[in-house]
Amino acid sequence: MAARIQIPRQAKRGEVIEVRVLIQHPMETGFRHDDVGRLIKRNVINAFSCRYSGVEVFRADLSSGIAANPYLQFYTVAEASGNLEFTWIDDERVQGSERQPIAVSG
Amino acid sequence: MRRGGRVARLLLAAAFAAPGAQAQERGIPLDQLKSGSEFLGQDLRALQADEFANPGMLWVERGAKLWREPAGKKSLACASCHKEVNMRWVAARYPRIDSRSGKLLNLEGRINLCRAQRMGAEPLRYESDELLALTAYLARQSRGAPIAVSIDGPARAHFEAGRASYNLRRGQMNLACAHCHDTNWGKRLLSETISQGHPNAYPAYRLEWQTMGSLERRMRACLSGIRAEMLPYGSQEYFDLELYLAWRAQGLPIETPGVRR
Repeated sequence: MAARIQIPRQAKRGEVIEVRVLIQHPMETGFRHDDVGRLIKRNVINAFSCRYSGVEVFRADLSSGIAANPYLQFYTVAEASGNLEFTWIDDERVQGSERQPIAVSG
Repeated sequence: MRRGGRVARLLLAAAFAAPGAQAQERGIPLDQLKSGSEFLGQDLRALQADEFANPGMLWVERGAKLWREPAGKKSLACASCHKEVNMRWVAARYPRIDSRSGKLLNLEGRINLCRAQRMGAEPLRYESDELLALTAYLARQSRGAPIAVSIDGPARAHFEAGRASYNLRRGQMNLACAHCHDTNWGKRLLSETISQGHPNAYPAYRLEWQTMGSLERRMRACLSGIRAEMLPYGSQEYFDLELYLAWRAQGLPIETPGVRR
């Protein structure tokens, strides 16, 4: 699963930073039918979480109401240099992950 | 580059065209052209302009990877031959005639021809993520470039066929493209504002599709909307129509990856 993640490379200690995430996923609702009328099985990213140096700072439970290729935007406080780790999983147990470093000064 | 050729073509055109014929041919005068994005709400325009959140960028990024990935029997990548600097204006010039085969090619067709002839690779399926990604990646590099296709020489017949197709009434609703996009643009069709039907944002991410799609897919959606028969992907009629659409949109900047409703 391709994903785009945007966080500032550097921040000052205590600064509120914006985190933007865009994940490529069909987010199949489970309500649609294929060409021959069979129900297409639901397959959505059902859980997403972001850990900052091991500590969970954001979590989202997604469901079939979320559009394809979900875009998430949230904020956290820059405390120390480290990594932001992003993980998510869909109904077919396919996992995705990304990691972005951040340098915190001051 | 090829300045002489252009002058000669202009002279030829001047010799054969009646004065003012060029202007009369246009359903919408050049100074009234509006890109599809002008018919969008603020939110979608902002999404298209947002380099990060524009979902089409997922395909552009994939295309950038595919561009460098060797494929086929000769194990060549697109990047083995093409330097990206040269790809800057390419998308704005398509569809165009392939000088070798004399066939009219759109960008998708050109990519697949390159794969077949130079790389010894299988053609990519229409509307596959791979073909959309490569096309979007190429067209992205022409973002801002004004559409400027040639309708001279061997392209002329395709252009005329495209124009005929554009003005042909079809389907149960007995409508031609021109009825909506030339004479009624700006008016409402239920909750939608009818656009001028320009191709400059494609491949585009359409909310209705929840994914990226080609200009052909968009044209098929129009055909379905007027309850007309949808031609199969890769039909000559689509290529001719694409050429006519590009000529109609002459000067509009490429917006790929566009975001549409």
